[in-house]
Amino acid sequence: MKNSAGREIPEEILKKGWKPHQGKDAYNGTEFNKVGTRAKVINRGQESKLVGSLEEAIKGCGMQDGMTVSFHHHFRDGDYVVDIVMRELKRLGYKDIKMACSSIGSASQVVADYIEDGTVTGLTTSGIRDRIGEAVSNGKLKDVAVLRSHGGRVRAIEEGSIVIDIAFIGAPSSDEYGNASGKNGKNNCGSLSYAETDAMYAKHVVVVTDTLVPFPNKPSHIEGVYVDYVVTVDEIGNNKKIASAAARITTNPKDLKIAEDCVKAMVAMPYFKDGFSFQTGVGGPSIATTLFLREELKERNMKMGWIVGGISTPMVEMMKDGLVNCIADVQDFDTGAVASLGTDPRHFDISAAEYANPFSKGAFINKLDYVILSALEVDVDFNVNVLTGSDGVLRGAPGGHPDTAASAKCCIIVTPLVRGRIPTICDRVVTVTTAGDAIDVLVTDYGIAVNPMRQDLVECLTKAGIKLTDIKTLRDKAYSIVGKPDDIQFHDRVVAIVEARDGTVMDVVRQIKPFDIND
Amino acid sequence: MGKGAVMKVDPRKNRLRRTMMFASTQRPNLIRDPYLFAPDSLIFDLEDAVAENQKDAARFSLYHAVQSLDYHGLEKLVRINALDTPHWQEDVRVCVAAGVDGIRIAKCDTADNVRTIDEAVTAAETEFGREPGSTLLMAALESPLAVLNAYEICKASPRMFGIALSGGDFRRCMHTTGAGGGVDMQTARGLMVLSARAAGLQCFDTVYTNLDDLEGFAKETQLIKDMGFDGKSIVNPRQIKIVHDLFTPSRKEIEEAERVVIAIRENAEKGIGIFQLDGKMLDIAFMEGAERTLALAKASGVYKGDL
Amino acid sequence: MNIKKTAMAGTLESSDVMVTVEPGQNGIELSLSSPVIHQYGRAIKQTVMDTMNRLEVDHAKVTIVDHGALDCTLKARLECAVYRSNEQTEDIPWGKGL
Repeated sequence: MKNSAGREIPEEILKKGWKPHQGKDAYNGTEFNKVGTRAKVINRGQESKLVGSLEEAIKGCGMQDGMTVSFHHHFRDGDYVVDIVMRELKRLGYKDIKMACSSIGSASQVVADYIEDGTVTGLTTSGIRDRIGEAVSNGKLKDVAVLRSHGGRVRAIEEGSIVIDIAFIGAPSSDEYGNASGKNGKNNCGSLSYAETDAMYAKHVVVVTDTLVPFPNKPSHIEGVYVDYVVTVDEIGNNKKIASAAARITTNPKDLKIAEDCVKAMVAMPYFKDGFSFQTGVGGPSIATTLFLREELKERNMKMGWIVGGISTPMVEMMKDGLVNCIADVQDFDTGAVASLGTDPRHFDISAAEYANPFSKGAFINKLDYVILSALEVDVDFNVNVLTGSDGVLRGAPGGHPDTAASAKCCIIVTPLVRGRIPTICDRVVTVTTAGDAIDVLVTDYGIAVNPMRQDLVECLTKAGIKLTDIKTLRDKAYSIVGKPDDIQFHDRVVAIVEARDGTVMDVVRQIKPFDIND
Repeated sequence: MGKGAVMKVDPRKNRLRRTMMFASTQRPNLIRDPYLFAPDSLIFDLEDAVAENQKDAARFSLYHAVQSLDYHGLEKLVRINALDTPHWQEDVRVCVAAGVDGIRIAKCDTADNVRTIDEAVTAAETEFGREPGSTLLMAALESPLAVLNAYEICKASPRMFGIALSGGDFRRCMHTTGAGGGVDMQTARGLMVLSARAAGLQCFDTVYTNLDDLEGFAKETQLIKDMGFDGKSIVNPRQIKIVHDLFTPSRKEIEEAERVVIAIRENAEKGIGIFQLDGKMLDIAFMEGAERTLALAKASGVYKGDL
Repeated sequence: MNIKKTAMAGTLESSDVMVTVEPGQNGIELSLSSPVIHQYGRAIKQTVMDTMNRLEVDHAKVTIVDHGALDCTLKARLECAVYRSNEQTEDIPWGKGL
């Protein structure tokens, strides 16, 4: 059965209860039940939740084979917590473990080994990279993996599609009662937004920290009332990789050109007025938009109202220079962002739920004016792939992409037309992560295309003298440079479901077939 | 006239060349993007950017890139190796075979150098079935001798469309460092513009290698523009906009030029040859300058009027 | 043309392709690695065969280590390697067979 993005959803998936995607606003106005967890009463006899070892905490939580454990990804490529916890679970002999991560990547490659040997049999995550992605793409994971957006993950936890038995929350600092923070420690990460829903809905919560501080560790991102145990380790992560050195804007002329054209398009839209809101990513052209945005704001004596999302130093500097009123932080990428959060009252954090939960009474991004996103592939229907690479292997992340694209008044994709020999603009993306109905404008180094659904934007951009190109022309141009690609060959077996933010199926990922030159 | 070449007045010789950007043939990931930044001309380099033992590979890269990739109407020039190397003959052959628009003769010191290349180009045009005269030439002047021979070099072949100063090598020969704000190149620049104008050719200034000093670059560009240069060699896309902005007539200059042209025409119809406009004396001599301003404005894409 | 000795052209840089040709006896034997092998493996193979055909090379062992090179770069590297294997860097018959 085909969904609204034109993707075939296999019978076997529909039989399990999954529904095909019907468009970004299909669930707007509907009601649903939140599902809480069975919880324990502790109102007497416990002055400290600190235990001497991870083993004690795991056993204290009643860990069993087949249970679901969860992790956040605020320590990014510098994370040690996933590795430490999973190795301990393996050591203690647990099997058939399901993992519910907000993202998982190069720092946790041991999970790839555990997928291959069957210790880990289930996975839901937003980002999936390196050997873990390869293991799933090669069919090594027993269950079908589920890829979710940041907002979708929150929804899934709250409505009970994800049931977390133990949430392991790595925290730069914690007191003995579980009030855990992304700051105040020796390896700070800034906000802990992606762990907050886990803390509230998991059956058990274990805080893993390398810096114990006196009670009460307030303000804290994780509230101690939800925490079962606190465990200390030597290091929760690699400082340099948790928050990289202050991000600098690219000098790559191509990225700069794309960024400049993007901002020109933004200026031509009716949303460009005093107090507008803005979100952008950390890719080359994405973060470079801040450079040109500055100039436009200064020239017009304008200010942005707020910036939301993953934060890096260029955004903090805009705030310091009075070009934006405040920053709503969901994740910190570099040391500049970490330092600013909480110290500057205009820079505060919000939970993943506040940020992007689609099943809420109105997340922040509902009010977002512009979001700038990148893409691995965009097809002629404006569907976007940020998940599978040029070899069909899982190596990306929906992240906040589907959430912000669907919510912002204007979603702009910035990307080079080709990357090496890979055409970014193509006939049909390998995997749909964000459907075309959420994508408004495409800015490449070879031209700008507007989704035909947005004739209003076609009008205002044309009026401003911005030359527009048909997306099919861009595709043709890409193919004329790199040649028309053959399709990647897959086996029939579905190895992952790409879940849309509302819980429906956006697309499926199948097991890759190795290339045989003699085919 | 070059031997055997059939020359007509070639409009390609006077095309807009405010920026001539060097592009490497050695590195494939740089070979297809340059046009995106819209310089007026591209110079594919077979000379200094290519290692000695990769000259052959660079030629194959050049040939196939020019044959397959779309450069969207940008002028394609090639800097070939100098005449004191064993490479220039094959360089000439591949350039003509590929159908590039013109060849930049590196380290061109004398008019004879130009004639030698002209002959080789003519032979190659015959060998590869290219229209005689379709390949233009320009000379890079990189030594005091070359600068002193500038006029002769310009006149040495009807294929010649311009001369360029190559500052790095020139300074090396002059034993100067560029201190004093470029005063060491003053005479060379002056002589070159004089020679080019006398010969009816274009004149281009040297590259500016300090990519971070955009202010210094702009200053130098303003200087050479005021001296009468037609354009500047570019090594990085960031420099392009600066040159184009400086070389593009301002709205004020355009309006003034329009008024001059209209006034001269109107007065001519009334039989008046000399008159006053805005407090200045004008006669027909001013027509050419005003028309040139409008032509430059049109070519730069900023003039949409009908004069 | 014959492949007289082992010769190489190109680098391992991004968007380039390293081509090695060696004397062979069993037609064109191709070994290929590429990050875009799924989408362009077939096209790369075709270009190798077409180029060898044009240069009239009947027997060669061709090893391609590709890093996302465009077709024109692949052709350039192939031809360069073949001519290098004949120690020829001049009097290339541009446009005829190339």
